[in-house]
Amino acid sequence: MNRKGDSTAGSDGAAEPRGHSKKPKYSRFTQQELPACKPILTPAIVISTFCFLTIIFVPIGFASLTASRNVVEIVYEYDVDCIPQEMQNDKLAFIQSSVTDKACTKTLIVPKNMKAPVHVYYELDNFYQNHRRYVKSRNDKQLRSKEYERETTNCAPEATTSDGSPIVPCGLIAWSLFNDTYSFAINEKVIEVNKKNIAWKSDKEHKFGSDVYPKNFQEGSLIGGAKLNASIPLSEHEDLIVWMRTAALPQFRKLYGRIETDLSANEQITVTIQNNYNTYSFEGRKKLVLSTTSWIGGKNDFLGIAYLVVGGLCLCLAMGFTALYSSKPRTLGDPSYLSWNRNPDGH
Amino acid sequence: MGREEEEEVEEAIMDGTTTSQKQDEGPCHPTPPSSHLPKPISDPPLATRPDPLSLSSSRHHRRRSSVPHVSIDSPDPTVRHGSRNESERFASSQRELADAVARLVFVGDPGSTDPRLKLPGNSVRTAKYSPLTFLPRNLFEQFHRLAYIYFLVIAILNQLPQFAVFGRGASILPLAIVLLVTAVKDAYEDWRRHRADRIENNRVSSVLDPHAAQFLSKRWKDVRVGEVLKVLADESIPCDMVLLATSDPTGVAYVQTTNLDGESNLKTRYAKQETTSRPPDEAHPVAAGLIRCERPNRNIYGFLGNMEVDGKRVSLGPSNIILRGCELKNTAWVIGVAVYTGSETKVMLNSSGAPSKRSRLETQMNRETLLLSGILIALCLVVSICNGIWMGNHKGDLEFAQFFRKRDYSDSDDKNYNYYGIGMEVFFAFLMSVIVFQIMIPISLYISMELVRLGQAFFMIGDTNLYDESSNSRFQCRALNINEDLGQIKYVFSDKTGTLTENKMEFQCATIGGIDYSGGKVASHDNGKEHSILDCADQIWKLKMSVKTDPELVMLLRSKCETEQGKRAREFFLALACCNTIVPLVVGTSDPNENLIDYQGESPDEQALVYAAASYGFVLIERTSGHIVIDVLGDRQRFSVLGLHEFDSDRKRMSVIIGCPDNTVKLFVKGADSSMFGIIEKTIDLGIIRETETNLHAYSSLGLRTLVVGVRELSRNEFEEWKHAYENASTALIGRGRLLRALATNIERDLHILGASGIEDKLQQGVPEAIESIRQAGIKVWVLTGDKQETAISIGFSCKLLTSDMAQIVINSNSRDSCKKSLQDAVARYAIISPSHGDSVTSTARAKVPLALIIDGTSLVYVLETELEEELFKVATVCDVVLCCRVAPLQKAGIVALIKNRTDDMTLAIGDGANDVSMIQMADVGIGISGQEGRQAVMASDFAMGQFRFLVPLLFVHGHWNYQRMAYMILYNFYRNSVFVFILFWYVLYTAYSLTTAITEWSSVLYSVIYTALPTIVVGILDKDLSRKTLIKYPQLYMSGQQNEKYNLRLFMLTMIDSVWQSVAIFYIPYLAYRHSTVDGSSLGDLSTLAVVILVNIHLAMDVFRWNWITHASIWGCIVATVICVIVIDSIWMLPGCWAIFHIMRTGLFWLCLLGIVVAGMLPRFIMKALTEYFMPSDIQIARELEKLQRLNATATTEIPMSTFSQP
Repeated sequence: MNRKGDSTAGSDGAAEPRGHSKKPKYSRFTQQELPACKPILTPAIVISTFCFLTIIFVPIGFASLTASRNVVEIVYEYDVDCIPQEMQNDKLAFIQSSVTDKACTKTLIVPKNMKAPVHVYYELDNFYQNHRRYVKSRNDKQLRSKEYERETTNCAPEATTSDGSPIVPCGLIAWSLFNDTYSFAINEKVIEVNKKNIAWKSDKEHKFGSDVYPKNFQEGSLIGGAKLNASIPLSEHEDLIVWMRTAALPQFRKLYGRIETDLSANEQITVTIQNNYNTYSFEGRKKLVLSTTSWIGGKNDFLGIAYLVVGGLCLCLAMGFTALYSSKPRTLGDPSYLSWNRNPDGH
Repeated sequence: MGREEEEEVEEAIMDGTTTSQKQDEGPCHPTPPSSHLPKPISDPPLATRPDPLSLSSSRHHRRRSSVPHVSIDSPDPTVRHGSRNESERFASSQRELADAVARLVFVGDPGSTDPRLKLPGNSVRTAKYSPLTFLPRNLFEQFHRLAYIYFLVIAILNQLPQFAVFGRGASILPLAIVLLVTAVKDAYEDWRRHRADRIENNRVSSVLDPHAAQFLSKRWKDVRVGEVLKVLADESIPCDMVLLATSDPTGVAYVQTTNLDGESNLKTRYAKQETTSRPPDEAHPVAAGLIRCERPNRNIYGFLGNMEVDGKRVSLGPSNIILRGCELKNTAWVIGVAVYTGSETKVMLNSSGAPSKRSRLETQMNRETLLLSGILIALCLVVSICNGIWMGNHKGDLEFAQFFRKRDYSDSDDKNYNYYGIGMEVFFAFLMSVIVFQIMIPISLYISMELVRLGQAFFMIGDTNLYDESSNSRFQCRALNINEDLGQIKYVFSDKTGTLTENKMEFQCATIGGIDYSGGKVASHDNGKEHSILDCADQIWKLKMSVKTDPELVMLLRSKCETEQGKRAREFFLALACCNTIVPLVVGTSDPNENLIDYQGESPDEQALVYAAASYGFVLIERTSGHIVIDVLGDRQRFSVLGLHEFDSDRKRMSVIIGCPDNTVKLFVKGADSSMFGIIEKTIDLGIIRETETNLHAYSSLGLRTLVVGVRELSRNEFEEWKHAYENASTALIGRGRLLRALATNIERDLHILGASGIEDKLQQGVPEAIESIRQAGIKVWVLTGDKQETAISIGFSCKLLTSDMAQIVINSNSRDSCKKSLQDAVARYAIISPSHGDSVTSTARAKVPLALIIDGTSLVYVLETELEEELFKVATVCDVVLCCRVAPLQKAGIVALIKNRTDDMTLAIGDGANDVSMIQMADVGIGISGQEGRQAVMASDFAMGQFRFLVPLLFVHGHWNYQRMAYMILYNFYRNSVFVFILFWYVLYTAYSLTTAITEWSSVLYSVIYTALPTIVVGILDKDLSRKTLIKYPQLYMSGQQNEKYNLRLFMLTMIDSVWQSVAIFYIPYLAYRHSTVDGSSLGDLSTLAVVILVNIHLAMDVFRWNWITHASIWGCIVATVICVIVIDSIWMLPGCWAIFHIMRTGLFWLCLLGIVVAGMLPRFIMKALTEYFMPSDIQIARELEKLQRLNATATTEIPMSTFSQP
């Protein structure tokens, strides 16, 4: 008569669904029974995890601490030193003046042997190279190829000269190119600073065009920093390329060059600094850094210490958990711990 | 008189519109709810029961020759309608259908039909969109979600040059992705609806073409109002049509309305006498006739109209119309005229979309979203205020500072460059920080939740344990957004009949003449084969269903002994065979010599009784309007049906007047014991009455439904008198129903008691076990039924709802005061203290006696919506079990509301009939049983399934999983995005609060939609904390959901604190490690990106319970995908960060930082997890250990589904 009538009348066994059965097909997936691993945190796993972490972290901590300690670093903050006594009260006027002699000499003592290459960095502090106004003020198209020379979007206020012709490279970043220079001498003998290959190879090859030449650069009324030789293409201006890879933090180093001779302990290095760059208007500081490197980079004890602390902590935790587990043992998966078994009075 | 008539009309209209609710008026019924009873009274205007008397026509009259002297002759066929319907229909025909509100249909002339109205064609459209409107409408609907507006505003804000923190594309992308995914999902669903519509609209029907003078086939979509259609047997009805003629000369047609209301039995429809003789057909292509009917409405049980034929006006009622969606059965053909088409058909007007509800978890989630907005605003305020302070402090410096360049010197005039004063800058900084930190509100969460729910629904539908073999129905997920509510249910409100029981009535025993015959243990087809198989004219007639018989009774009947008891037994079964409205249908089987007798009727009880009578040898073979043929123990006899008083709720009984072959006239009455004992002649058979009462009591305490049968032989005078009165009453113009009722009451008196029957309403498979587990899970089960108290209690015992150690509080009062008193008594006796103060006192005072409250519908009338409600609530909530009997449908909803309005607990209502609709809609989660009683419950429900016992796997397994998964996913999404936002925030503190981000804009945009989205969805769909077996074995595990253990403010705060710590690790470890180095912004950003993605994925990995290959693939795959994405982004020459990742990956520092971040970030969480899991284990944790260590699931036993439930 009808399907429902059929299936309800008669004995249950006779109920044969007419047509196709809608019974869902069985598969381990649809029944949510895929084979699976069910990890649980047993005491053994917890303790061995902590032990494992200790074993990993403590050696790494020692290794990186040692590496960091082996790095020899000479840091000289010259922003105040390099201003003559009489100008100390008006640093801004000193730095902005075009007539003052900005050269400044200082003797540094090498504390330990420094193996070549010794990296020469300048370090700026309080300079927000990551300020939103600043990081966006560039045009990568213009930097890359000649055909986009007129492309100066985002570059304002250093986009065009007053007559409208484009500034190459445009934008605040290029405009504010660092222009202090350093020269080194030991016992009157000049030490060469190699300024080649200080920028990323990828930047030189792909980001800064070899056919793009500086144009109208630093010709405005306000000079932000270094000038560029208009006859050299941008890809050769490694200082600019380094500078334009904007720093992550307001306190940063940038590679100035490399000294490719070993420096031995207690040698006296005479540094002559051309103190041109204006950090005085924003209370920024300038440092000269000579440093060797290791596999973990420069001198920084933090990571080594952090690893040791974490490793030590894990060791303590391993011991602590062992003590806890043995003082208050619990049989895993004991049904008598279930709340309704524990407390038969109900809930 | 005038007033009376108006009342009748009023009633008719009321009934017409409220039948769906009135169907189960428990209190008015002699025995349980409507659906199993002679339905007549419950829904008068349906007029669907085969009313044999109403079919009498001259033709039948002529044939009625066996008892000519008692046959009733009547010129007007309507005169003899004994039902109230007819009087109502009559009354309604008096009412003029004003032309202004009526629809005019010219029969056979669609052209001139109601030119005032623009009638829709017969094409239906369930699809929401057309290709043209898809985009605007879908977008409009999607933007109903407030969060999307938020993201849109932010995206627009970002387009302004001043705030352009992100590039244009980058800011739109996440929103676009989310909108696109949703749109694709919607489009697919709509495409499927389009396809279904197309198939439906192109079906073919035959329509009378007046010019060609023949029926031509026409597509459904082209059928118009007024056209005359011919529908053949087993065809679907294409539109709502008024019947004009049928293959039956009396104008009867049978339809099956399963698609419409789900009732599986056949309904009878009539063509009007005036049209049956001369229908418009090939011979008379043009029919004159005008139908006036109501405007289209949704009431499938009501229709009001009249038809002008040959100048006469004939009234039309709901029994004259067949509706789209029905199927014609057992009738060779019908001819009808289309009155409502397409979207105006009642089935279309009734098709409502799935209910939209919001899950508890989502509501709670909104609270946390607000909290997150608070955090977001706080971060933005900090940044913008600091920005202001910084600028104030450096006011002088900014003039020349190379990185700021406040002034534009390029022109001669001195103006500021992009600087609007500190106030404005602060304001801008605020807006920009909103843009930068926007993902604090997780945009992908909404779409993830939808996808996860889709996946969960897929698994619920596909679960073989939720498939019902007997009805071939799968689990249905009708509401997609409350899956996780299934894991938090605290109260289950269940209907009884059809939900707990099968609604499959089975005759169990009888008491005849005070003697109990309940030895029926053997099915008759094994034993007394000859009774159910009849041999006549080389044909074997078999009963479709056989009943166990009592051998003693069979012997008694077959011995033909003329003892008093033997006569009584024969009359008893004769009464059962004839005192009903069952239509026997003879169905051919594969064997041409074998026929099957199928009894069709509205009431399962009557069916059971007729099958029982047949099994005992009284086989009802034929029923026409004037006579019935019964095979009495092999001897075929013809009885005239002289009169029939239908069942109604006042009398609670029905009666027939039968002219027997021996020329006697007998009145057979059957009805509920309460109504029958009042009309039994008490002076005689006193002993029998007493015995019968005892037996009845025994039956009802077994949970059987009882009906008492009585007889009286009518004397000639008495009959003539009745006949006269009956004819008068039937022809009365006004108050006919009342007169007929009075007549019935008048004749139904001084009965001899024959006996009583006990019918079992069988419990569904696995119900007691299911109820037991549900109660163990801390869920309170309330059963709401229309049954009388004794039946309800006995069913309560048989399904283990009630146990003998329970103290029963019974409240059945007839007045407010007594209600109040019994409630207060209960409070006093069981020392119930309102739950608000001191439950410790309560629990000790109660001395742990489980309480059961039994309350009936009459008492509820005085309680619900009065101040007594509070008392009832107090009593009911301390009771373990509540049983409400004789409740009306609306009261069911009232009881659900009693709990829902007073507590925060989640409620679930489960039912199968139209009477449960209100309850299902009221409860937080409504479940429909797709069973015998129709689809209305299913249509109103959020989920539908085949059996009550599926509630156990549904709640304990799927509900638990859904809740746990969804809760975790929401928390994880909050955590994941806030980690990211905090990293950005820490960095901003070192950029002079200028809102630079080290992480590239693309990464921050892709973070929540690509880098980390997939694993959460996979885990949200697939992870399971415990296996199915464990969850079913320990129902108590379900309580974690009830107590909001997986999602609460405490967990949220902990997660947020964790996220702050992790973000500190991610930002400050590199910060301290790279402080005095040459690192550039992009490299640091890449390090952060990788670190955060790895960290959040490890975090997820640590919380995953089950690692299958999909989980592995998604989690590790996501990390790999992120690395690839970062590499791709860093390979784009135009971006400032190009090649950074390759440079930084070459350094040892990078890898050390990464390792350090992951370990330092995860350490606190790992420690907490190890501590709590070992020293403060939750039940779930212990069960997990059980599972793992005792190898509960180790062997491949998982495929065997819960043996306790599948085997009775």
